[in-house]
Amino acid sequence: MTDLPIGVLEAALRSARDGGRKLLVPYVTGGLGDDWPDVVRAVAAAGADAIEIGIPFSDPVMDGPVIQEASERALKQGATPMSILDTLREVDAGVPLAVMTYYNICFRTGHERFARTLIDSGVVAAILPDLPLEEVGPWAEVADAVGVETVLLAAPTAPDERLPRVCERSRGFVYAVGLLGVTGERSELATSATVIAKRLKDVTDKPVLIGVGISNAEQARQACEVADGVVIGSAIIRRLLDGEGPDGAAEFVGTVRRALDEH
Amino acid sequence: MSLSEPTDGGRFGDFGGRFVPETLVPACEELERAFRAAWGDATYRRELDDLLRDYAGRPTPLTECTRMSEALGMRVLLKREDLNHTGSHKINNVLGQALLAKRMGKSRLVAETGAGQHGVATATAAALLGLECLVYMGEVDMERQALNVFRMRLLGAEVVPASSGSRTLKDAINEALRDWVATVETTHYCLGSAMGPHPYPWMVRELHTVLGREAREQCAKLLDGDVPDVVTACVGGGSNAIGIFSGFIDTRAELVGVEPANGAALTRGVPGVVHGSKSFLLQDEWGQITEAESISAGLDYPGVGPEHSYLAATGRARYEAVTDAEVIDAFQLLSRTEGIIPALEPAHALAWMARDRASLADKCVLLNLSGRGDKDVAQMMDILG
Repeated sequence: MTDLPIGVLEAALRSARDGGRKLLVPYVTGGLGDDWPDVVRAVAAAGADAIEIGIPFSDPVMDGPVIQEASERALKQGATPMSILDTLREVDAGVPLAVMTYYNICFRTGHERFARTLIDSGVVAAILPDLPLEEVGPWAEVADAVGVETVLLAAPTAPDERLPRVCERSRGFVYAVGLLGVTGERSELATSATVIAKRLKDVTDKPVLIGVGISNAEQARQACEVADGVVIGSAIIRRLLDGEGPDGAAEFVGTVRRALDEH
Repeated sequence: MSLSEPTDGGRFGDFGGRFVPETLVPACEELERAFRAAWGDATYRRELDDLLRDYAGRPTPLTECTRMSEALGMRVLLKREDLNHTGSHKINNVLGQALLAKRMGKSRLVAETGAGQHGVATATAAALLGLECLVYMGEVDMERQALNVFRMRLLGAEVVPASSGSRTLKDAINEALRDWVATVETTHYCLGSAMGPHPYPWMVRELHTVLGREAREQCAKLLDGDVPDVVTACVGGGSNAIGIFSGFIDTRAELVGVEPANGAALTRGVPGVVHGSKSFLLQDEWGQITEAESISAGLDYPGVGPEHSYLAATGRARYEAVTDAEVIDAFQLLSRTEGIIPALEPAHALAWMARDRASLADKCVLLNLSGRGDKDVAQMMDILG
């Protein structure tokens, strides 16, 4: 693992961080509406450092109501993992792309085929929230060999001894789960968010991004007092579900970007 | 010999494991340690045995069915789990887990339920032990099992509809998992079948071995030390089946699990990962879980517990599928010939016996009658008119 070269995603995030920039990774559900590729381009232009593309799954247990609904809508519109990845090939966002999906999508496709399809589609990383450290081995070995960075999550419930092992195995960045709960907006930033980020920063020099429960520019700014950056999903997807389209998503991401740049 | 222990990672052969969000990994580890300690602790075992005897009504009888035997041309024995308090085998598991939750200092139980039997059992145990209780139930199931919804509320539990996806058992499990991710510090997830992430498949099985052990002894007495030729049970997640199989795994008895034709993970699915473990699963070519559709809410599940996948792969057990129409016939047959109204779930195993009666001729068949049919009477009234 330690012999592997630093991947495309991690290199990009490290370089931005080391240049004094706070990292912003928006999440976009693949296949949500016909204009979702425009949403990807728009949030890239609005200041994303990388983008998470959700491949919808029928049973998303880590997701709250907003991303559940987006996933259901995309699936009803006929989105499949392959249709989303095929589309991404043409998107040319200009920033690294990661997919976020559940393990069965990857398992069913086959590790090797899934990893190669990601690379062929211009995706450099994968986030699989139901594939924890103890189960990640068989997939991650294939992903490493093919050149896909597997981002692991680290949760507030983890005992101290577990965090270095999670950080060691994680590639691209370390995804700090901001609170006890599923994805979705909250009225305030949970205190657990900066606590877990601090615990992770103490044991790794990989970029540490807080996701789950980051709802607006102010919360992103607070999170980045400790973390290297944030992942924002539901706050963007809610705007898309409300019909605000690529412009609405870009405007929101731009607001967060400015708040992070002014820190 | 008995059923094997899973590996450290919770594997039965290729199946099982612990595919959960990172947040839940420490909770699953804590639960495994706590159950292992409790299961080896005489005080816990005595407390549980006392409750099973004095509260749940164990041991349940073994009933020989004279008229049913005559009708089917085989010797039919029933393990009467329908006579447990709350009406099904589910109480065995729930009392064990609720006692464990108390030992672990958890004040709240969450559970999923399909037909409502596990929800009612969990609400019952929570009332008995003074725990808070919330049950997730698919919206569709709340409609067809309105009586059980009322029972749970009467017992002091909150019942919350799962209104996403197929709005049945699998979605109730999704909601329970989401709840647990947010409340893990105070809450125990009282999972109702021998499925989910390690240690659940193993723990739930162990808590149901009591029914297999009893049945083995009762059969030995009735059959002069022998065992039945065939042991059969219905399979949704597979908890009652693994309980009865556990008593006969080391014997010559043939083990047969019976699934609903439209929820037949083992006979029509392929391996996949959902709800914490790797097992056979109904899914499309992309790995999206497809919706099971059965007359019985308790078996309306696209997956199956991992140990059944293992038993199928090794050939120690085999699995059959029956249609809703065959189940409706079997439901009436047992009612009329024996004066026992079965739940729709075990009526599946009965339906297989009736269909395959030629190959079962003159054999001795033990059926685990996992629950009683009171909850299904309103639904059957609509169907039979």
